[in-house]
Amino acid sequence: MDRTWNNKAWFLVLPVLLLVAFSAIIPLMTVVNYSVQDTFGNNVFFWVGVEWFEELLHSPRFWQALLRNLIFSAIILAIQIPLGVFIALNMPRRGWGVSVCLVLMALPLLIPWNVVGTIWQVFGRVDIGLLGYTLARLGINYNYVQDPLAAWVTVIVMDIWHWTSLVVLLCYAGLVSIPDAYFQAAKIDGASRWSVFRYIQLPKMNRVLLIAVLLRFMDSFMIYTEPFVVTGGGPGNETTFLSIDLVKMAIGQFDVGPAAAMSLVYFLIVLLVCWVFYTVMTNYGEESGR
Amino acid sequence: MNLSWMAWTLPTATFFIVIGLLIAGMAVWEYFSPGGHPRVGVLRFETTRGDRLFISLLGSGFIHLAWLGLVGPDLWWALALSLVYAFCVFRFV
Amino acid sequence: MTDDASRSTVIRADATTSAPTVATRTSRLRRAGRNGPRTSWLVPTLYIIFLMLPIYWLVNMSFKTNVEITSSFTLWPRTFTLRNYAVIFTDPSWYNGYINSIIYVVLNTVISVAVALPAAYAFSRYRFLGDKHLFFWLLTNRMAPPAVFVLPFFQLYSAFGLIDTHIAVALAHCLFNVPLAVWILEGFMSGVPKEIDETAYIDGYSFPRFFVRIFVPLIASGIGVAAFFCFMFSWVELLIARTLTTTDAKPISAIMTRTVSASGLDWGVLAAAGVLTIIPGALVIYFVRNYIAKGFALGRV
Repeated sequence: MDRTWNNKAWFLVLPVLLLVAFSAIIPLMTVVNYSVQDTFGNNVFFWVGVEWFEELLHSPRFWQALLRNLIFSAIILAIQIPLGVFIALNMPRRGWGVSVCLVLMALPLLIPWNVVGTIWQVFGRVDIGLLGYTLARLGINYNYVQDPLAAWVTVIVMDIWHWTSLVVLLCYAGLVSIPDAYFQAAKIDGASRWSVFRYIQLPKMNRVLLIAVLLRFMDSFMIYTEPFVVTGGGPGNETTFLSIDLVKMAIGQFDVGPAAAMSLVYFLIVLLVCWVFYTVMTNYGEESGR
Repeated sequence: MNLSWMAWTLPTATFFIVIGLLIAGMAVWEYFSPGGHPRVGVLRFETTRGDRLFISLLGSGFIHLAWLGLVGPDLWWALALSLVYAFCVFRFV
Repeated sequence: MTDDASRSTVIRADATTSAPTVATRTSRLRRAGRNGPRTSWLVPTLYIIFLMLPIYWLVNMSFKTNVEITSSFTLWPRTFTLRNYAVIFTDPSWYNGYINSIIYVVLNTVISVAVALPAAYAFSRYRFLGDKHLFFWLLTNRMAPPAVFVLPFFQLYSAFGLIDTHIAVALAHCLFNVPLAVWILEGFMSGVPKEIDETAYIDGYSFPRFFVRIFVPLIASGIGVAAFFCFMFSWVELLIARTLTTTDAKPISAIMTRTVSASGLDWGVLAAAGVLTIIPGALVIYFVRNYIAKGFALGRV
């Protein structure tokens, strides 16, 4: 739709601008201020320059958390996106099954994140949890409190449980928008299941898939509550992701300066990824004439 | 209202004033020559002036961090490098 | 090959004109072509079972006594008890958590949608100075990690004396919900033809009257979807809500974490509290189930 040029539209945006400025810009400015200073409390600050940044960039703890976070996000994307597409392809298109699927699949999305953590914490326990107990009975040594591998598997399975539905729902919405005529044409051409997917369904899902990847990357990159509740970042620091480390520093130890420096670096990375996706998305949208 | 919790310092205040002036400058520029001069540069997609400013600022942030991590705390050189980078962005992207 | 191609274009044309005979034939083809093999129901079923198992386990536990939970492993409650729920509904420190959560979630939803409506209208109808950058900036706030904002939020709301109030949490959640609401509403509004606005202005409607009387009813389903997602993201968030509250406005999720660390052994009550946090979400999903797909279809979540 061609939109008319009218700078008075700024007045309509003003409430949003003020509200988000209050809750985003002021805190962000504060973070920048804190990142170059040290404090002993009581709002007494003194200048330390870029010391916190230097310390951060040379601290293995930060790089390990970042690496862990990236690995985590990569695994999440590698599993959830194909799985979500696969499930969406097999969802019923009409009848009572649609409503049932949508409601049940959306359910994990609306559970408070710490309850998700609690559910899996309980579910995975060897003594009282269904999963842990069953695995223990099968002779598999599974203990997410002590074994790093088990902790990782738990956190990843939990995230798959929690968020794959989002990918499914997005892809499903993309799929139902494909007109039936396409499938009939393919049927008559004798197209295989794979080529229907590759040449009809996948191109139609491109845009929603991009959004799904963006959302899943961002949300897994800033994951905090669920692993914090389940593993508390442990065993050791094995499941300490960036956000967990950051909150530990900021709220737990009140290391305002280092936490602020880490926040800024974290935020810069997020900004970069967000911008790349946004650019790809808008350019892609223009090409396909959205 | 007490603002001491925000812990303003001269350098950070300068930083934000510069950013604010840059954005205001872009707005004025845009007002007098609207359209943002869109073109397709080396990144092979269309950018406007505002996009180029954003790429410059974001890139400068990473240049400063890289300098700090790899070379040392003398950030004036990083700043100079960032300016060169910003110039290149405005020229070629 | 060319023959095939031409035939398929004919069918495509047929399908769009939808003559009765073609319709019956296409529906048969569709059934065969789209649903694929007969086993396709298996995949969603298995997935739903995977989703429901942990939830079932929580529900199961909430009806057990603590003795049964810890001493024996049972797939369903042997000694069925409602004690765990009774504990929550009789102890103000528990049920106030639910009330607090509901209050700030509703506040946040109302604020977010109210301020997002005019902004989304501006983005969908007008070009203005810096509109694209503004939109991008709003989106970055949706993507920003809440952990970054926790500390300054605490300081900010302390300075305004808003710590431990519902409005503080509601405002803080606006950080990610307002951009989201703008994004969703903009998608819905772009689907409304512009001619409607123009006709209304010619008929002498002022902007506010047009907006409230004509435009808002037109995008009612969009408002529903936006409100649903605002509700959802405010309801599930814990980190910010926990940081900004101490006692009076403490959300249920924070009360739960405290109980885990303090007593740690009252599994039944913990499970019951968890089940009760799932119920509002389930209710909301049930009411908006037909709109969810539409909201997702716009790809703007």
